[in-house]
Amino acid sequence: MKRQIKYTCFLLFIICSNCSNESLDQYVPTPSPLQIPQLFQDKILAPIIPVNNPQTVEGIALGKKLFFDPILSGDNTQACANCHAPENAFTDISRFSNGIDGSLGNRNSMPIFNLAWNYDEKFFWDGRVFSLEHQAFQPVTNPKEMKANWVDISLKLQEHTEYPTLFQQAFGASTIDSILVTRAIAQFERTLISANSRFDKHLLAEITLTAEELEGFNVFMDETRGDCFHCHGNANNPLWTDNIFHNNGLDAVVTDLGLGEVTGDPADNGKFKSPSLRNLAFTAPYMHDGRFNTLEDVINHYSEGLQSSPTIDPLMKKVAQGGVQLSPEDKINLKAFLLSLSDETFINNPDFQNQ
Amino acid sequence: MKKIASIFIMGIVFMSCSSDKNETITNLSATLNFTHNWDGANVSNSDFNTINFTNANGEELSIEKLRYLISNITFQKSNGDDIKIDAYVLVDVTNNLNMSFSPSVEIPTGTYSNVSFTFGFDNEDNYQNYPDLNSASWNVPSMLGGGYHFMQLEGKFIDNVAAETGYAYHTIRAVDNSGAELVFQDTFFTVNLGPVTLSKDSTFEIKMNIAEWFKNPNQWDLNILGSMLMPNFNAQVMMHANGQNVFRLGEIIQ
Repeated sequence: MKRQIKYTCFLLFIICSNCSNESLDQYVPTPSPLQIPQLFQDKILAPIIPVNNPQTVEGIALGKKLFFDPILSGDNTQACANCHAPENAFTDISRFSNGIDGSLGNRNSMPIFNLAWNYDEKFFWDGRVFSLEHQAFQPVTNPKEMKANWVDISLKLQEHTEYPTLFQQAFGASTIDSILVTRAIAQFERTLISANSRFDKHLLAEITLTAEELEGFNVFMDETRGDCFHCHGNANNPLWTDNIFHNNGLDAVVTDLGLGEVTGDPADNGKFKSPSLRNLAFTAPYMHDGRFNTLEDVINHYSEGLQSSPTIDPLMKKVAQGGVQLSPEDKINLKAFLLSLSDETFINNPDFQNQ
Repeated sequence: MKKIASIFIMGIVFMSCSSDKNETITNLSATLNFTHNWDGANVSNSDFNTINFTNANGEELSIEKLRYLISNITFQKSNGDDIKIDAYVLVDVTNNLNMSFSPSVEIPTGTYSNVSFTFGFDNEDNYQNYPDLNSASWNVPSMLGGGYHFMQLEGKFIDNVAAETGYAYHTIRAVDNSGAELVFQDTFFTVNLGPVTLSKDSTFEIKMNIAEWFKNPNQWDLNILGSMLMPNFNAQVMMHANGQNVFRLGEIIQ
């Protein structure tokens, strides 16, 4: 009988050890699943959450604190939020952002929202980084940005009066390193979800758009007029971007190679990621180099300003005529539609402010 | 009794740690491999982005993007006892994605009078909601009836003034939107691959001859029909006609 009991206990031990990796005393922070908007839930695939960095209350709070804290810069003067301001949908109103020593970059700061739905997980204008966690590594050490090094940052955080406890609560870790810092920031960034624009409310049958906005949407979706939808989504793809890289005819001679610099493939020269059209009311200037100050400038570019180059996207039609030749009325309506994709509640969300 | 208890526990061990799998010797798995050629010369995404091809109209062209949708793969028995696979595949040659498709349904061994699939979606399937296709921006504007693209073939060609010009050969359900109401004509089509006898796990090569889209019965002039083809009813009907000879059954490996 005793032998039988031992045998049964042994088998139960195998069950437990085979089917679970967690020991009973392992610290587990509080899960905080993303609140997925109804439209996203209904229409597109689930967000990307790495299995090794689940969303937690403590991790998100830590990430938010780090995002707004200049401690991540070399001289403690610049936080992520300096170039990614909440009131600007987490981008910068300057064409190029200043680093801690006044250096200027050569790309416009990208807005930050709905990044968990970037399915290919290629980040930056040129797609040079895979995964949101890895993206957060770069600005910290970039000599034109925060110009810090991770050894110093880890030391500063480790000696801080609050951070060791916060890291312990978020990750159960007593040693702070760059991996945990970027994981926390990525968790916070994944919570930056924008899905409450006038157009979203229209799709949810909560409001009626103006005649201008509705006609502007028609211009956007009409292949013989704007034909914007092939790269910038549609009512069934509420991200309003394909998250793919295109040469949209900005220059006849490409000097910033964009994706081509990353892949080494000349066919990728001059290609940059399609940005989301959400929140354009807050994210000027526009394009990867911030060359256009107004939405009128952007629309005029696609209408009359296209420049041909070897890698220009085939979808940039009528390039020989300069573009799609929108009428003045179409331009006004298209702008009205584009602005209907802006989300005031996103930029004013108290969860996303430095408080 | 003690033995039964131990066997019961062992059963729990295996049920807890492995997925169920009902295997019978009369079923097999089928895999579709999608390959592409230009009149017999193999084409992959490594051949994209340079002017590599010449169409039937004599225009030199490149391919920058090729992706297309197939659905309703069916193994037909002569007695009408068909096996229909309720699935679809967005073959993305540009990014080398979904170049191979293995349905979750297992196929009984035996002789089949025909294997077929639908290019695009039939009308019932076309107007459903597919989050993966929405996420791939594969939709057709509602002003053209909605639903989904069947194919996107894009690139550049040397036009009749020797300039490199973009083309976008996009196929959808043909629609005339010039009047007060949309008028449709179906442009999905069934591709019949012919009879097969299956005795074990099988891999089917589905060959697309891309050149055929520009050839037969309509010799395609990209100078005239290079872009803005989605709202062009006649162009969609012509593309549908040219698509009839695009696909062939290649090698079957068993």
